[in-house]
Amino acid sequence: MFAMFFWAFIVGGLICVIGQLLFDVAKLTPGHTLSLLVVVGAVLDGFGLYEPLMDFAGAGATIPITSFGNSLVHGALQDANKHGIIGVLTGMFQVTSSGISAAIVFGFLGALLFKPKG
Amino acid sequence: MASKQKKMTPQQQNYQQLQQKHELKRPVLKNCLKAFIVGGLFCVVGQAVSYFYIYFFNFTEQSVGNPTVATMVFFSMLLTGFGVYDRIGQFAGAGSAVPVTGFGNAVISACIEHRTEGFVLGVGGNMFKLAGSVILFGVFSAFVVALIKTILKIWGGL
Repeated sequence: MFAMFFWAFIVGGLICVIGQLLFDVAKLTPGHTLSLLVVVGAVLDGFGLYEPLMDFAGAGATIPITSFGNSLVHGALQDANKHGIIGVLTGMFQVTSSGISAAIVFGFLGALLFKPKG
Repeated sequence: MASKQKKMTPQQQNYQQLQQKHELKRPVLKNCLKAFIVGGLFCVVGQAVSYFYIYFFNFTEQSVGNPTVATMVFFSMLLTGFGVYDRIGQFAGAGSAVPVTGFGNAVISACIEHRTEGFVLGVGGNMFKLAGSVILFGVFSAFVVALIKTILKIWGGL
């Protein structure tokens, strides 16, 4: 169990370092960096490389934004296995539904509860 | 800044220029270390949340990512609302932007910022102003990847 925490820290930290290098060395804006990382996550899952990383590092691979691309592909492929090509569209948000719905619900709650500062 | 420079002696101005030259270089190594530590800590918290869901709500290691992400977005709402997340972001750079809490922060801070314009046009219209690109490129690339894989499977017998 402690090994899992350790690897989550290392792998999650390393993905953040890649993001920081894209900020500082490649001089990308945060929006470009995050979009790029999501695409990388999706492509990695296309080659079946993200699943082993998740088994190895747990939250170190699920918490960074790359896992968003991964779970989009995952949901799409799951449904594509059942329903053929139309499943790519119907299954897209199946695995990652909670991230989007939580962002919308808590975003609205945040707007109700907190006042803008400055 | 400019008015300050006029009052100084030429020597001081030279020094200021020299200092600025050195300041402009981004401390890449230091930034990376900060991003590594803070991003790693976010993932450790996420790991703790996943174990909580595995032990108390009978999720498996495969399905636990979903509720974990939702919980992290909830934490992100609290941190953003109390203005703590901005400070973490200033310190950690990508360490706070790359974890899913950064995605939550982008949505939630846009919501809070635009509430003065009303709930429909302000909050509703600007909610995905920053996070929209992540969703767009995520969904489109996932669509392409999944489509290619599905076609290969159907016609190529992969």
